[in-house]
Amino acid sequence: MSASCLNSLPFFLHPSSLVSLIPVSLYGNFPLVNGISLGAIYALIALGYTMVYGVLKLINFAHGDVFMVGAFTGYYLANGLGVRAASSLMSNPEASSIGRLLSRGILGGGVAEPSLVTALIVMLLVMVICAILGVIIERFAYRPVRKYSRLTALITAIGVSLLLENGGQLVFGADPKSYPQLIAARNISLPGGVTVTNQDLIVLVIALGLMVALQFIVYRTKTGKAMRAVSFNLQSAKLMGINTDRIIAFTFALGSALAAAAGVLVAIRIPRIDPLMGILVGLKAFVAAVLGGIGNIPGAVLGGLLIGLTETMVVGYLSPTYKDAVAFAILILILLFRPTGLLGSVAQEKV
Amino acid sequence: MSMRKILLLAFFVSLAVFVAGCVQKGTSDKIKIGVYMPLTGGTATFGISSTNAIRMATEEINAAGGINGKQVELFVQDTRSEAQEAATVVSKLVTQDQVHAVIGEVGSSRSIAAAPICQSNKIPMLTPSSTNPEVTQKGDYIFRSCFTDPVQGEAIAKFAANNLKVKRGALLIDKKNDYSVGLGKFIADAFRKLGGEIVIEQYYQEGESDFNGQLTSIKGSNPDVIFVPGYYTEVGLIAQQARKNGITAPLVGGDGWDSQRLYEIGGQALVGSFFSNHYSVDDPDPAVQKFVNDYKTKYGNVPDALAATAYDAARIMFDAIKRAGSTDGAAIRDALAKTANFPGITGIVTLNSERNAVKPIVMIRVDQGGKYGVADRVTPEGAVAAPGTTASPATSASPAAGASPAAATSPAATGASPATAASPASSPARTGASPATSPR
Amino acid sequence: MPRFARNLLFALVVIAVLYGIDYVLLNGVGSFQLTPYVARVVMLAGVAVTLAVSLNLINGYTGQFSIGHAGFMAVGAYSSAYFTVNYGERMAQALGGGLHGAFIEFFLATIIGALFAAIAGLVVGVPSLKLKGDYLAIVTLGFGQIIVVVLNNIEAVGAARGFSGIPIVKSFFWIALVAVATIAIVYNIVNSAFGRALISIREDELAAEAMGVNTTRYKVMAFVISSAMAGAAGVLFAHCFDGYLNPKSFEFLKSFEILIMVILGGLGSIVGSIIGAITLTVLPEVLREFAEYRMVIYSLLLIILMITRPQGLLGGIDPFKGWRARRAAKSRTEAEEITAEDTRHAVSVDKEGIER
Repeated sequence: MSASCLNSLPFFLHPSSLVSLIPVSLYGNFPLVNGISLGAIYALIALGYTMVYGVLKLINFAHGDVFMVGAFTGYYLANGLGVRAASSLMSNPEASSIGRLLSRGILGGGVAEPSLVTALIVMLLVMVICAILGVIIERFAYRPVRKYSRLTALITAIGVSLLLENGGQLVFGADPKSYPQLIAARNISLPGGVTVTNQDLIVLVIALGLMVALQFIVYRTKTGKAMRAVSFNLQSAKLMGINTDRIIAFTFALGSALAAAAGVLVAIRIPRIDPLMGILVGLKAFVAAVLGGIGNIPGAVLGGLLIGLTETMVVGYLSPTYKDAVAFAILILILLFRPTGLLGSVAQEKV
Repeated sequence: MSMRKILLLAFFVSLAVFVAGCVQKGTSDKIKIGVYMPLTGGTATFGISSTNAIRMATEEINAAGGINGKQVELFVQDTRSEAQEAATVVSKLVTQDQVHAVIGEVGSSRSIAAAPICQSNKIPMLTPSSTNPEVTQKGDYIFRSCFTDPVQGEAIAKFAANNLKVKRGALLIDKKNDYSVGLGKFIADAFRKLGGEIVIEQYYQEGESDFNGQLTSIKGSNPDVIFVPGYYTEVGLIAQQARKNGITAPLVGGDGWDSQRLYEIGGQALVGSFFSNHYSVDDPDPAVQKFVNDYKTKYGNVPDALAATAYDAARIMFDAIKRAGSTDGAAIRDALAKTANFPGITGIVTLNSERNAVKPIVMIRVDQGGKYGVADRVTPEGAVAAPGTTASPATSASPAAGASPAAATSPAATGASPATAASPASSPARTGASPATSPR
Repeated sequence: MPRFARNLLFALVVIAVLYGIDYVLLNGVGSFQLTPYVARVVMLAGVAVTLAVSLNLINGYTGQFSIGHAGFMAVGAYSSAYFTVNYGERMAQALGGGLHGAFIEFFLATIIGALFAAIAGLVVGVPSLKLKGDYLAIVTLGFGQIIVVVLNNIEAVGAARGFSGIPIVKSFFWIALVAVATIAIVYNIVNSAFGRALISIREDELAAEAMGVNTTRYKVMAFVISSAMAGAAGVLFAHCFDGYLNPKSFEFLKSFEILIMVILGGLGSIVGSIIGAITLTVLPEVLREFAEYRMVIYSLLLIILMITRPQGLLGGIDPFKGWRARRAAKSRTEAEEITAEDTRHAVSVDKEGIER
């Protein structure tokens, strides 16, 4: 198995003799698929950052927490639909009464089978709910401060982020929850002697599908055109008769929906969620957006994939201790050498 | 403009309230016990369960007439899982609220930060679950009613070497968690002393959810057992991913595993793994079951080990105050120091000369369906074996310096494995503060 | 009286007053005694003041957005603690021990802490301040995270277990001295040509550049000074309280707390930062009953504050100036909130219904 792995990836060199002590053949999940799957998730979240920055020039710090809310919404929905975690049949007391109510299944009993269809239904519902959340946040927290300086808006964003995190701890409970299994895990053998789990593949496919859908919306619909116009120049777009408030709200809805989908997808792969899970993931996704060029949609996808791949490679070939440092190292490098990002264009500043 | 005036007014009012609150409170007729626990933050789950148990113990004793006729009043403060906050709240409890004794904290770093304040104010402090040896070294007013990490680490290593009979171990440590780092080191040291070998050390950080990289490396080194001295929050996932990666070796951990959420998260992957604990929730001992049922009735979930130790800590404190016969700090301190053979639900507790508890450690095995079976009970030298398992007379006396002969094992009454006494040569509780183990 | 002598007298009076407060705080006067808890809160407030005022220099006066201030505090705390634990005591003995030995040791520790924090500020500031825009925010955020990760891995300072055994100097005098020094430094900077350059950078960086202000150089200088003062605060944090340091104390939450002190008090107002710092140190103590909801209340307050009064309590006006300057400044309060970009748009676009 090791020979075919090495042969199929000739350009991954073993960095040092120490590393070569880790036999490549013992990777249960092939790192390439792992890395792309992770990268797709970062990309989904990065897209939200980049779109919002494009239209509002605002770094939406709360975006990572929308991802968390998406994961939790999916958790309660799945429980409500009766999908029980395969690993436990014990009761699941929650910290607050709201949590208890939701988890006991207000949607009635019945045990739904873990399946692709279930997962998709849950994901779509979650996307709708979080899209609404995104619009609410924009309407009540960001719109009133639009007339003030960017600093003010940034601080508001931090405020919303902390509100979601700490509010989440209060409402959902601070302890981590185990996710109901939406898709039963199975191993799939691919040609080349490589094994991947069906979960990774499904996550990858769904993520790519969402990105394609987004591409369609942004580049082939009138609303998408309006979005691009607004991010190019807000004033001119207004002069052209575009209802910028509506477009901005739409952008937030879109970004939040993607982040929420990412939340469910992550939970499928790693079935443990807690109210603070959005912080680190959000930060890395943000770095991905910067890497690709903030404001640039294909850039976000590229940045996400790159960060996901690099992180997986570092963990696999170097040391897992520095997993989180990878994103920040990349950030520093990109800011030093190409601050506008890989695909970003140097903005001309008119005086 | 008026908004500004309002805000400035609020500022001065709050200052005034604060200063006014600083007036020394008069003496009351109650016994005041301060409790400082992490009710929010990263270790909130442990703090909340500990505080619940302490409240339960307080209600029980107040219902029974209080201590020497006086009712007990609890002053509970939240440390937010932060060391500096712990010191601040303890300062408030001790100097402002004028409590007579303090119980807390869960995390060693917070106990270490707060202990000097109790010490310098001569208020006794009892921690129910901080396992870093440094805590009680802060002064003679600081006590601990649970085992220390060296003892726990030794028990774990011994279990692996003698019961599981393995020689090659891997170590997976939570680098961000001082408990995990400390315990991991003691396990490694003890394991090596018993002839075992740590073939690989890997690290993760609390809050992480993807351990495939570390597990892949571990798998490559082919260990017979994996020591995971972390918190249940990550252990569940680690177990799952380990099995997914094809690792069949059992996992062995410490008391940080104990929570009903452990099995929820880890599930089937955890069956066949072990961890050391203060007690077993499925222990048929009637005292234990009464506690479990009372707690469940009152708070809705099964208590974890930290709730159990906190419950015992509260009762030990009450007992000491009763024996002291007064609320004077020095008197309570002396009474605490003399605590011996206290019947706790986590075992028979005696506080030794270093003010640490000497009591049995239970090795729990995770069985099908998430039930906890007792794989072994380790009774460190000088401790009294748990009731229901017979102990030889030599070990039931108060701790004596010098070696005590290994107790003869007899058929266990509880159906658990027979009690084994720790061999005298390797009893860390006797060796005092060994330089290698005091973390800097 | 010549200016110099007047300032010197003023300084001596201040020192005497501080010393008096220190004495009262720790020893009480007659039957008036303050519990050590109150003394502790007062000392914490002093450290908070230093942090808030130093952050205000970069966020308020220079208009940059630094959200990793706790990182520099950590650098100062750990470097000075390392010094005092490993060299300080010996050095104090060598100098004859006693009070003046301790004094020199602590003084050196403060210098070392501030120095290392300044170096860190240089390392972080130079690459990120070259860029215009929100990049400093991103980098300082990342730096704050990285510093904690690095500290968690350095065994020499205890890593995740924390650093204990740091010699303690329970003295309000030192804290107050550093705080007063910080205020004095920032005040003097702000009212000098350097300060005016910073404000010009805040108002319109492009215009400032066009007027010949070397924006990068000034930004970096302000950043380094600000970081040095944060480092000094870190030294106090390490030595005046529990003699124990843990990397967890310097995570983003701490940076956020400092930030909210500055915002509450008003960006660009020294007195505002002082008030914000004291309020946000004392208020949690007063509201200990609601500890669970603290963070939720904080974030809600922050959002509401930004929506209703983004300039904070005293933002836009510096009460240190005379009332005439305040009258003149008041008319600029609203405008100061709108960055140059928006101002240009407001002027250039039809006012009817398109902007605002």
